[in-house]
Amino acid sequence: MIPIDFEYHRPKAITDAIKIYQALTADNKDTVYYGGGTELISRSRLNEITPQAIIDLKNIPECNTFKREAGQIVIGSTVSLTAIADTPLFPLLSNVVRSIAFRTARNKITIGGNLAGDTFYREAILPLLLSDSKVVLAGGKGIRQVEIHEIVGKGMKLAKDEFIVQILINEKYTKYPYFNHKTTKQSKVNYPIVSLASIKVDDRIRIAFSGVCPFPFRLREIEDIMNNSAESPGERARKVIDLLPSAILNDMHASREYREFVLKQSLCKLLEHVERRVS
Amino acid sequence: MENIETGQLIKLTVNEQSKEIYVRNSETLLHTLREKLGLMGVKPGCYNGDCGSCTVLIDGIPINACHILSVEAVGYQIMTIEGLKDQTIPEEFIKNWAIQCGYCTPGFILNSYALVQNNPDADDAAIDEWLESNICRCTGYQEIKESVKNILNVKR
Ligand SMILES: Cc1cc2nc3c(=O)[nH]c(=O)nc-3n(C[C@H](O)[C@H](O)[C@@H](O)COP(=O)(O)OP(=O)(O)OC[C@H]3O[C@@H](n4cnc5c(N)ncnc54)[C@H](O)[C@@H]3O)c2cc1C
Ligand code: FES
Ligand code: FES
Repeated sequence: MIPIDFEYHRPKAITDAIKIYQALTADNKDTVYYGGGTELISRSRLNEITPQAIIDLKNIPECNTFKREAGQIVIGSTVSLTAIADTPLFPLLSNVVRSIAFRTARNKITIGGNLAGDTFYREAILPLLLSDSKVVLAGGKGIRQVEIHEIVGKGMKLAKDEFIVQILINEKYTKYPYFNHKTTKQSKVNYPIVSLASIKVDDRIRIAFSGVCPFPFRLREIEDIMNNSAESPGERARKVIDLLPSAILNDMHASREYREFVLKQSLCKLLEHVERRVS
Repeated sequence: MENIETGQLIKLTVNEQSKEIYVRNSETLLHTLREKLGLMGVKPGCYNGDCGSCTVLIDGIPINACHILSVEAVGYQIMTIEGLKDQTIPEEFIKNWAIQCGYCTPGFILNSYALVQNNPDADDAAIDEWLESNICRCTGYQEIKESVKNILNVKR
């Protein structure tokens, strides 16, 4: 039972969603955008958040698009993870999202909710970082297109009144060789201890990480180390540890030491896979 | 601005019947189905989208009823275990001893029904992918999977 009450709005157009948001916030109502709602329902039930109004984006046609168009893959923010897993327009993204939660949950979780959610993991971001994706945002200042790198940091850097409309992926990235690997504590279905995704573009490995630090990331310095084939995989994996953007996570899923061990193993596995494939 | 209330009168289509009910906007479908419509086959477990015991079908797709607001379900066909006319799966579960305490059973049956309807060519990996959404504390997983495989084999 959710112990709070809120208004529920379900606009049919981007402009309506923005107008509703502005009217509600002008009225001092704590307002949130709503995708699949799985996180918002759980957190409201636990009284961790107490929104006074929610704006459900699922009736906005642009948010429901999922297609290949003019050399791009266009994914609306309210497209479910199941739809993305079952339609491999970008096979690496399909693989990565298939390892998030389980199928019934994925029927409801949206890609926009996974990107903007409040968890450490946000695994769907990994293939988007690797493919230098673009994100279409809508808010009080209108509609704008940004590089995913501009808005992914420790959290999503969106203006308060902004929501994700679409993700745009250059189709060329869907054709490169890829690798992904997720290690969980025990069962197959769980949050990642380490989740890696990688593609090889023009002979250079790109890698993005989730589960290692309290946010997903991709770093050029780490990729430089990983691409130095003069060094052994073990040596490269050891050097990566020194370049991580924050302390390694240490929680009930895995201790810091164990996560570090798993990360090194995963990196070696990745190098073995990529370099064996090439040689 | 329209709809400034925190509750509303909605029309839900549940098991092919139209129901008019007043709900709080923050009410989950799990609550509405059980407490307002008396559909006790929708089993609460974790209330957190983790266990699958509250699975219902929304336009034929399995959804955890604890993770959807009742207001979101307007305009869709909702099916609970009470509305399942085809008894092939329940009978197969009984034949294979895929039921012990029975608490997880409605969720597993609806999920299995959706699998058979949507993916009749499911291989072992696909069956695992679908069934891993539900937890059975009596650990009847093998018997449940056997039941689903038998039904798929008969259909082929
Ligand atoms: C059982 C289970 C297992 C999980 N396992 C994993 C896992 O292994 N890896 C992983 O990465 N995640 C995992 N998750 C987390 C999950 O992917 C997200 O937290 C998901 O629940 C949020 O998606 P949603 O569409 O339901 O979002 P919502 O609950 O609708 O929203 C989540 C947040 O995002 C905001 N938001 C939603 N849509 C938009 C938008 N279009 N624009 C801007 N902001 C928006 C909301 O305001 C809210 O703050 C798991 C979740 C569950 C329920
Ligand atoms: S009660 Fe809904 S998934 Fe557990
Ligand atoms: S039969 Fe008891 S929980 Fe599954």
